[in-house]
Amino acid sequence: MITGLFKRFTLTLVLLGLHQLTTAQAEGGVNIDNSDHSIHEDHNQHTHTEGGHSEFVPGDFIIHHIADANKIHFFGEGASEIYAPLPMIIYVEGEGLDVFMSSAFKSESEAHDSHASSIAQGPSTGVSYTKDEHGITGRNANGELVEIWDISITKSVFGMLLIIACIILLFTRVAKSYSRNPGLAPTGMTNFLEPLILFVRDDIAYPVIGKEKSKKFLPFLLTTFFFILGCNLLGLIPFIGGFNITGTIGVTIILALLVFIITTVNSNKRYWGHILWPPGVPHLIKLIVVPIEMLSVFIKPTVLMIRLTANMSAGHIIILSFISLVFIFNQNFGTGAGLGIGVFSTLFMIFMYFLEILVAFLQAYVFTLLAAIYFSEATQEPHH
Amino acid sequence: MDLLNIILEVTTGHGLAGLGAGAAAIGAGIGVGLIGKGALEAMARQPESSDDLRANMILAAALVEGVALFGIIICLLVVFK
Repeated sequence: MITGLFKRFTLTLVLLGLHQLTTAQAEGGVNIDNSDHSIHEDHNQHTHTEGGHSEFVPGDFIIHHIADANKIHFFGEGASEIYAPLPMIIYVEGEGLDVFMSSAFKSESEAHDSHASSIAQGPSTGVSYTKDEHGITGRNANGELVEIWDISITKSVFGMLLIIACIILLFTRVAKSYSRNPGLAPTGMTNFLEPLILFVRDDIAYPVIGKEKSKKFLPFLLTTFFFILGCNLLGLIPFIGGFNITGTIGVTIILALLVFIITTVNSNKRYWGHILWPPGVPHLIKLIVVPIEMLSVFIKPTVLMIRLTANMSAGHIIILSFISLVFIFNQNFGTGAGLGIGVFSTLFMIFMYFLEILVAFLQAYVFTLLAAIYFSEATQEPHH
Repeated sequence: MDLLNIILEVTTGHGLAGLGAGAAAIGAGIGVGLIGKGALEAMARQPESSDDLRANMILAAALVEGVALFGIIICLLVVFK
């Protein structure tokens, strides 16, 4: 069963690599007139388009793929792009709410590159929205800039809703199966999830927080663990748009904020005592230690936030860099070099993919473990 | 002369970000290497405490890696700003 899954997964990855190779070849055909450019010339060119053909810029390509977007991009580029539009929800101050699909955005110019701005008309307010790489701006009928609140369902939001729906569906079913046949060995989905739940309880909550106190924190810890795990794994499924949910700072900032709030609300006298007047520290040293300790209250959740974002984004960036390598070699040294590098970068990509699956579990574990450690610090009873 | 050109390019262009990423990788490499060394030695000495050690090893490695990733993120911000 497991080996079958792995075989299928490897096959998918190989197919993905082959797809990269074929696109590399196609790109080579288009850019064949650029292939005699020397590297030094390319180095100094920062223009994005050249004679109608778009030059491959790795930085833009990577940022475009890891950034949040208003559509789920599958493959293709420009006019032949295949994507799923997502709903735009924009509140215009004083005018009302606009709800329309992101496919309403029409490109201004003929050149289909990621920097071209596109325009859409709000259906209920008549405000015209302009979308470029800096975001969305709105202008009313008189051409004046209006204040807008963009609360659209973006790719990350859509992914999060998907994961939340999955979690609710799965776990209500699992909970029901326990009450339906109590005392029996778990089957099916329950069998798969039970070890993970027990792992969070027995390896994270119990040893760190303690058996009695962890009852209060387990719901949060389990929810964060499965939410982060789900978001991480969703980002690793190829061909469905490359979600980068936990690599979006807005998502992790809320998770970290929740950890901060729970820590602060549950903190006891001892916790604040150790921060504001650490016992057993010489008085002069206290001048240094106390400000650091006070800062650390805020630094801890911040680090939690940045670690998750950076780790998940870094994984995506590495995989995308391997893809970029094919195009870079193809552009600078011809199709043959592109093909040759393609084989190696595909192999490395498969390796990175497996590493990323490990990292997806590891980061969910680390986030939950550190949250548990912060909770236990805040609730520890004084012992003498 | 080539070397001078390379140095010039490194100090004026985005090369510094590359150097920064390299430095971050060195730091993380030393850190994670020391953790792995310590954990393996401890596990070899006391195989029965392997499970506890493994969990703590992963935690320490994640902390080190987090700091290295700050460096990488700053390098990325320099390049992509």
